[in-house]
Amino acid sequence: MVSLRRTPLYDIHKKYGGRIVDFHGWELPVQYEGILKEHQTVRTAVGLFDVSHMGQIWVRGPQALDFLQKTNTNDISRIGPGRAIYSHLPNDQGGVVDDLIISCFGKESYFLVVNAATLENDFAWLQKQAQGFQVQLENKSDYYGMIAVQGPKALELINADFPRVVGLPRFGAMELDVLGQPGIVTRTGYTGEEGCELIVPAEHTPKVWEHLMSRGAALGVKPCGLGCRDTLRLEAGYLLYGSDIDMEHSSYEAGYGWVVKLDKGDFIGKAHFAKQKAEGVKRRLIGLKLMDRGVPRPGHRVSVDGKSAGILSSATFSPTLNAGIAMGYLDRPDLKPGARVAIEMHGRQVPAEVVRMPFYLSKELKNAKA
Amino acid sequence: MPKPENCLFTKTHEWVFLEGGTATVGVTDHAQREITDIVFVEPPKPGREVKAGEACCVVESVKAAFDIYAPIAGEVTAANEALAKDAAVVNRSPQDEGWLFKLKPANPGEVNKLMDWDSYQAFLQTAEAHAGH
Repeated sequence: MVSLRRTPLYDIHKKYGGRIVDFHGWELPVQYEGILKEHQTVRTAVGLFDVSHMGQIWVRGPQALDFLQKTNTNDISRIGPGRAIYSHLPNDQGGVVDDLIISCFGKESYFLVVNAATLENDFAWLQKQAQGFQVQLENKSDYYGMIAVQGPKALELINADFPRVVGLPRFGAMELDVLGQPGIVTRTGYTGEEGCELIVPAEHTPKVWEHLMSRGAALGVKPCGLGCRDTLRLEAGYLLYGSDIDMEHSSYEAGYGWVVKLDKGDFIGKAHFAKQKAEGVKRRLIGLKLMDRGVPRPGHRVSVDGKSAGILSSATFSPTLNAGIAMGYLDRPDLKPGARVAIEMHGRQVPAEVVRMPFYLSKELKNAKA
Repeated sequence: MPKPENCLFTKTHEWVFLEGGTATVGVTDHAQREITDIVFVEPPKPGREVKAGEACCVVESVKAAFDIYAPIAGEVTAANEALAKDAAVVNRSPQDEGWLFKLKPANPGEVNKLMDWDSYQAFLQTAEAHAGH
């Protein structure tokens, strides 16, 4: 039996009544008070998430940028010190090894945050690709804990101790002292709300969490679990690696062509991506909103005009829309918003409508994008 | 409405209340806590004949769908229409307003196989009680 791993915040999850589940080998809370309440907390106030299971990799050296350009779809030269960027790690078949956020802290110093379930594979893959580059890779995932502070009141909470963070733009990044220990903060998140992610030494994480809990009491801060993390990210149209994107599905098919920069020079799998861009995709990740009651689930089958068209990769009840929402790969890339499909749920054909993603994005983030 | 003490219980955490030839069925407080936030209930259609132990109703939380089993055989005579507007009633009031459906029992003697309140309380202390929902 494989033993489960615990984050530095495990005891804190127990203290706050977290319902612990096995999440890709990590013991993490799926909820504390309830998914709906926690979802609402993040949409209206501020929530704290333990994301310490995520992986952190430092990439340093004279050829750090060249190496990242080769191993990423996005153009990493677009970020200078103090900026972060969302990107995909392509494989050599046109699929995706992982999605990640890269922060730049100097010409020779980059910091990668990758998914927990893919960390070992990512690190081995990157090490293999690093042959011949003057670059050092360091997997520091055990050294760091990580807390996501998310919601319309997140910046108000952060401002009390870290006013400089509030001055950063969306996808800004900085190294800073976090309550006496060296840390990193990025103005990023996975909820569709304003906020930031704090990365600090593992043993220091509980102190930071408890400090934010007491500082934010008047703002209504609550601990939030993986359950609402999933409903929030799906409403915001963010991909879940392993479900919505993987080794078999490309960035273009996922509707994330904006992270592929074909004009930046060579990168792994570029020929596959270029071909796909030129020829168009045969299947596409499409957003669906249920038109009747019910809850769609990953794996449910979708049909268009009575013909099987694909299956749902992510699906849930959307608390904000009070309706079932889903994304799934349909072999009908031509479908436009408003088109009707049917989702088979417990033997019932339930009508759904193609909608543009995100399903929901806070006005703060909409403004930040504009 | 029924006090838990006057109901009978299944190992899959349904309760059934018998009165005047009608069996009202719901999920126990233990079950609603395990299921968590209930956002959708699909009850059986009136007129449907169900067997004891047959999955005939779906209760869905944000995270997952749960089958609800008929505690006894019979014909479905009613479904709780109020749940269509507000499924969370099952969380708030599992043994009263949050009932799921009513049955006309096929074999009145069948209820003898079910647990009474005290037996169900004892059952909740066992590992088997936590294997299902």
